[in-house]
Amino acid sequence: MDFNYSNEQLALQDTLQRFIARDYGFERRRELARSPLGFSAAAWAQYADLGVLSLPFPEEFGGLGGNAVDIMLVMELVGRGLLLEPFLSTIVMCGGLIRDAASETLKRTMLPRIGAGEIKLALACYEAAGRYELSWVACTAVCSTGGWRLSGRKTVVLDAPSADYFLVSARTGGAAADAQGISLFLVGREAAGVTPFAYPTQSGGRAADLRLDDVAVDASALIGLPGEGLAIVERAVDRGIAALCAEAVGIIAALNEATLNYLKNRKQFGVPIGNFQALQHRMADMFIGAEQARSMAVIAAVSADSDDAAERRRAVSGAKAYIGQAARFVGQQAVQMHGAMGVVDDFIVSHYFKRLTMISSSLGDSDFHLARFSDTPMT
Amino acid sequence: MDLKYTPEEEAFRARVRALFEAELPADIRDRMRLGKRVRKEDLVRWQRILNAHGWGAVMWPACFGGTGWNVIQQHIFEEERADIGAPPQNAFSLKMLAPVLMTFANSAQQEYFLPRIIAGEDWWCQGYSEPGSGSDLASLRTSAVRHGDHYLVNGQKTWNTWGQHADWIFCLVRTGTEGRPQQGISFLLIDMKSPGITLKPITMLDGEHEINEIWFDNVRVPAQNLVGDENKGWTYAKFLLTHERTNNAGIGSCKRALKTLKQIAAEQVSHGRPLIEDPRFRDRIAQVELELMALEITNLRVLSATASESRALGPEVSVLKIKGSEIQQTLAELQMQALGPDALPYLREALEMDWVADPSFAEHYRPYAPPLSGQYFNLRKTTIYAGSTEIQKNIISQLILGL
Repeated sequence: MDFNYSNEQLALQDTLQRFIARDYGFERRRELARSPLGFSAAAWAQYADLGVLSLPFPEEFGGLGGNAVDIMLVMELVGRGLLLEPFLSTIVMCGGLIRDAASETLKRTMLPRIGAGEIKLALACYEAAGRYELSWVACTAVCSTGGWRLSGRKTVVLDAPSADYFLVSARTGGAAADAQGISLFLVGREAAGVTPFAYPTQSGGRAADLRLDDVAVDASALIGLPGEGLAIVERAVDRGIAALCAEAVGIIAALNEATLNYLKNRKQFGVPIGNFQALQHRMADMFIGAEQARSMAVIAAVSADSDDAAERRRAVSGAKAYIGQAARFVGQQAVQMHGAMGVVDDFIVSHYFKRLTMISSSLGDSDFHLARFSDTPMT
Repeated sequence: MDLKYTPEEEAFRARVRALFEAELPADIRDRMRLGKRVRKEDLVRWQRILNAHGWGAVMWPACFGGTGWNVIQQHIFEEERADIGAPPQNAFSLKMLAPVLMTFANSAQQEYFLPRIIAGEDWWCQGYSEPGSGSDLASLRTSAVRHGDHYLVNGQKTWNTWGQHADWIFCLVRTGTEGRPQQGISFLLIDMKSPGITLKPITMLDGEHEINEIWFDNVRVPAQNLVGDENKGWTYAKFLLTHERTNNAGIGSCKRALKTLKQIAAEQVSHGRPLIEDPRFRDRIAQVELELMALEITNLRVLSATASESRALGPEVSVLKIKGSEIQQTLAELQMQALGPDALPYLREALEMDWVADPSFAEHYRPYAPPLSGQYFNLRKTTIYAGSTEIQKNIISQLILGL
């Protein structure tokens, strides 16, 4: 076993930390969250220059050949800096999906452009009636001359407003809840019949609902085999979950630092409030929570690249369920111990808290993943 | 022991319900039920309607213009109020300041201020916390110096709720520096229109303007606005806080929120089935329901014992405050969690009544959805305000348990 980052990983971490400190302060981040785009196009270009956007792609497609541990490292800083750019959607989930499952031609055309920051993608894999269940697909794809025609709805598609392409799960066979019969398609945002309804999210990001009305795509838009798309989407979302876990760990660490600092500096009754044992023990519990959460994020990261779906599922769902609970505890207690300072918009603590809360409601909540974990037999 | 309502109490409930059904304006009811942005004019309008029926102050004794109802009647009133979706009344005026005025103010103050409160003419806010004085309230520094027939007030208050709508503020001010910090505090009533008062909004984490900082720069306050004795304000302040904390239990609102939670869980869908059929989520609802069942009876036991022994509320209200605030938070959290991914959208404009959802979005994003995440965020305040949970536990361990 080895729990250390490599020198390259440490160098990347250092570079990103300096970038956040210099270009992504709290005020700047608030401006970006309120801007029409919702993130920094300049930062996106810088990530491309730094190699962050090509990190998980094979070298033959202009990538750095990184793994899920590299992603974990980046996502932890995405958390700490509350970065708004669509790294999770474009690079981790969609980029990863194309790398794993797309044709050589598609990989060659798309991965270098994704890595260069030229195009962005969003994963449209959830529908309202399915809640967090990826196999619930009522959206249909019907074979037609030279391609497919897609119709249906996709809800709360993360980062959709800025995406150039959507990866859409649609049913080519079976009934709404069947695992079989799901296929995956690449759909351009400008395709006729695609109507996004865009909105900001509670934590400053962007998302959209997608309506697909008889959208025509080429035969080449199909990714993987027809009817076999669920495994592909699940794998991409599992990587996304591992990444969200790392983001949460970054936020938990930052909240603990902020809270500890407050306990040492805020004085009431003539002493720092950190002198009170009730708060000391609470802070100790938050510290324990952070350590345990970090371990779960590591478990999720090292399993996220696994080809064994059951192993991956247990690891990422276990981590998401566990970290969801740790994030809830740390987030709520960080706010509580900051007193009224914890519930104002002018101070970063509430923004961390809101992001943690929204992470919990994204890609499956703790209840969903606890069920998925306990329903997956140990191998 | 009997936990059943008597026929008289049931008849009373029917009377309360009937009046609410007849008198609550439909537009106010709709805004409340859908969790739209609260408007002062709604609350004032409702206060005046209640007052016109002699129900402007159901928690006041009859000699001050209240109904003189017992605690069970007040409980029924509050339960029906929340259930039908009527707005809460201004607690700062009716439930916090008024008991202080009735107990400690002179008759001129009582005769002037109390009728204006019940008639909805004056809107009161609270000036307690300061930047350096939160849990340690007695360390407050806003000063009031006597000059002949008036005081000159200087300092800063913060975390003031709804001061932007207030006509008056009741303030804790420092009039003495001798002895313990508690000994030099006075309770002063200040007209918000006084020259020298500056109010600066604070945006809360849900993006709403609910609280303020207030600065006092040589504000002249007539000496006749001092309540009780100079330097005795800490006694009045604690008396007020005890009333505030009882009010914080919010049983009626919690029961309404529980009902709403069940409705939401029945409407939200998970894997093609109503969420409420998911045993994990159902158990979460059951857990908070049990807490609320217990608190309702604890609340009534405490209030009834206090009333029958004719004594003032004591430190046991800290139990009500802790449990009530936690239950409110849990209910809000479960309502948000029930939304699943629909907890993510942030639609500020959806908090206005005239907002209409995009038709395809509205297929899954229900009318009850827009305020829920913001409410969860916002209600984190309940375990912080009116004396944090930590302070309440200190009170229980020191004043009740003698530790």
